[in-house]
Amino acid sequence: MMNNWPFINGAYGVTVIFLAGAAWLSFARYRRAISRLKQAETL
Amino acid sequence: MNENVLSRGLPAKTGDWLHYFANPGRFLRFVQPILPWAGGVSLILTVVGIVWGYQFAPADWEQGDAARIMYVHVPAAWVAMSGYAMLAVCSLFSIVWRHPLADIAAEEIGPVGAGFTFVCLVSGSLWGKPMWGAYWVWDARLTSVLILFFLYLGHIALIRAFDNKAHGYRAASILALAGAINLPIIVYSVQWWNTLHQGNTISISGGAKIYVTMLYPLLVSTLGFYLSFLTMVCARIAAAVCERKTASALLAAAERE
Repeated sequence: MMNNWPFINGAYGVTVIFLAGAAWLSFARYRRAISRLKQAETL
Repeated sequence: MNENVLSRGLPAKTGDWLHYFANPGRFLRFVQPILPWAGGVSLILTVVGIVWGYQFAPADWEQGDAARIMYVHVPAAWVAMSGYAMLAVCSLFSIVWRHPLADIAAEEIGPVGAGFTFVCLVSGSLWGKPMWGAYWVWDARLTSVLILFFLYLGHIALIRAFDNKAHGYRAASILALAGAINLPIIVYSVQWWNTLHQGNTISISGGAKIYVTMLYPLLVSTLGFYLSFLTMVCARIAAAVCERKTASALLAAAERE
């Protein structure tokens, strides 16, 4: 019988990498935008 | 909104309600305190759903361990379709009411929704190889989801393709609304055509065809994916609103000097 685990690991790996990457990018952009707005408002 | 509609009362109230929540500043004040909590809860639900499905849920009697791919593939597919429905609703608001927040939301939903569609396609393909003997078949369900992915990519490109942002928003809104016809095609493709892809396991009207030991991790994973999507989109919209405010503040400062 075919070993399914490489396919399962691949599917979970792609999902986790996407979720972690997208969340990190979104929150990094959010924090950067907040700090830049605070800087701009002090000008 | 014309005077006939205003004089009827209810639509005017509906319009007021929409305008109230479509204010970018009000959205920012509403979302900022919620975001850390939403991020934490979505992280917990997603991790619990993924670990439960990967490690602790039982193997399927027919598909064996390959059925575990369902716990990431199915939630990603549902979020991809719901995300496009949200994109279409935002586009309708943009065209009818010209809400600036609807334009920003449409711009920020696109990349996240495309990512979830990509995850759905890749995980489905990785399930297809051991189950069907092929990574890809030109089945109605697979092809319609691939079209959804291309619609997302088209929207991402079109909304950013014009020097005048308003032109981009309008063109992308029309594309999103026209592309919404693909959503019922995806949902009913397994009924309208003889597909290799299996039929719906869970439906709102017909209940679930899987046992609770598999249903619960699927529901937890789905909840986690939905909340992650909404949190990411809200964070991106809030960031976009802040970026616009920063640009206005810098312009005002430059004019004062």
